[in-house]
Amino acid sequence: MIYIFYLLIYGFLLTAVFGLLASWVDRKVTARVQYRVGPPLLQPLIDIVKLLGKETLIPRGASKTTFLMAPVIGLASIILVSTLLWVNNINSNNTFLGDLIVVLYLLAIPCISIMMGGFASGNPLASLGASREMKLILSYELPFVLAVLVPVIKSDFSLGLGQILKAQAQNGVFAGSLSGILALVAAILCMQAKLTLVPFDIPEAETEIVSGPLVEYSGSSLAIYRLMKNMLLFTLPFFLIILFMGGLRFDGLHLLNGALKVVGLVALITVIRNTNPRVRIDQAVRFFWGPVTILAVIAVVLALMGK
Amino acid sequence: MGIKLKALLKSPWVFHLSTGSCNNCDIEILDCLTPRFDIERFGMLLAPSIKHADVLLITGSCNRQSVIRLKRLYEQAPKPCLVVAIGECSLSRGMFIHSYNCPVPLDKIIPVDVYIPGCPPKPEAIIAGVVKLIERLSLPKEAQPQKEVER
Repeated sequence: MIYIFYLLIYGFLLTAVFGLLASWVDRKVTARVQYRVGPPLLQPLIDIVKLLGKETLIPRGASKTTFLMAPVIGLASIILVSTLLWVNNINSNNTFLGDLIVVLYLLAIPCISIMMGGFASGNPLASLGASREMKLILSYELPFVLAVLVPVIKSDFSLGLGQILKAQAQNGVFAGSLSGILALVAAILCMQAKLTLVPFDIPEAETEIVSGPLVEYSGSSLAIYRLMKNMLLFTLPFFLIILFMGGLRFDGLHLLNGALKVVGLVALITVIRNTNPRVRIDQAVRFFWGPVTILAVIAVVLALMGK
Repeated sequence: MGIKLKALLKSPWVFHLSTGSCNNCDIEILDCLTPRFDIERFGMLLAPSIKHADVLLITGSCNRQSVIRLKRLYEQAPKPCLVVAIGECSLSRGMFIHSYNCPVPLDKIIPVDVYIPGCPPKPEAIIAGVVKLIERLSLPKEAQPQKEVER
């Protein structure tokens, strides 16, 4: 029973609220960078309510079931990930062996659901976007897993999020050490690609392939995809905060500290996306398999040496 | 006013379609998105695909080639969808009114919700027109001014 409560209240509701807020921060910071005023606070919520009230069109050549199921699969997996993260963050004794691996697997599913939707819609531009998304996943997963290995090594080879949080509570946050900060930089770059934000928004390049896999989506399916992306914009920074910055706490002054961590990470990726041009897919693969992987390997070696 | 309409008026995503315009109106539409006018304050975004759009901005004189595409795009747009005619050409075909290539004006092809005259209209005029449309739709159904032309 308590787990259903966690799933609905923390996994869905709280993450959705924080995700919509993070999306607003993203849009507002973008506007300020461009000397604009930017949208009001409730804008991301209004967008989703509006999309829910609109007609859902299914293209003639599409495979109907997959087309409508794909957004729901993505949303379900992101709810599960955020539930696992919240459960560990609230009480680090709730961990089980290997929940880090479960989180890593589930974090790949939103991207895979976008791919499924793109291929199912039967639009050539959507297929092109989906194939680019697949190449992008292949490129960033290796450095991301290597970067996640660093907290595992530093907390005496434990594969539970709870043990990682406990190790940080005892010995200070991992981002304070040399290997931790290198791994954090690599993980932030991979997060940028996982969120498909601008230097790596190759799958949904608006100026080339209108909006990639989402071209044919409308109405409530598009609303679910947008909600999923907004939740991902909170969940991925939250995952990195648990791994490298000691999690979020809600008592007294720690509340401010936690908000600062999340808003800082979101604002950082927004500034990265506003100051960089889009790269080609081959450049992205070369970038992730070259410099970022080397950075992550150096971080792992340093962590093994105890630095 | 239902929550559906309220949300629609607070975040209208626009899709912009040229049916053979000289490009001046299109440049003025893009001006609305620049920092000086910044229509994202009102939740408006430029939608990349017609399936995401709520408002169709139509410029140009509706020539024979583009009328087919215009009809298909209007049918593909998820309803409720509003249509805004921008510029003299899309209102009355402008200087092309006697042309063999522009047989009918836009509002004989698809229903138009607001007309914005000008050659090209200023960005201020476009924003004022959209504000008038939003004001009219926010009124209760009985208070809305009736259209003179039957469709």
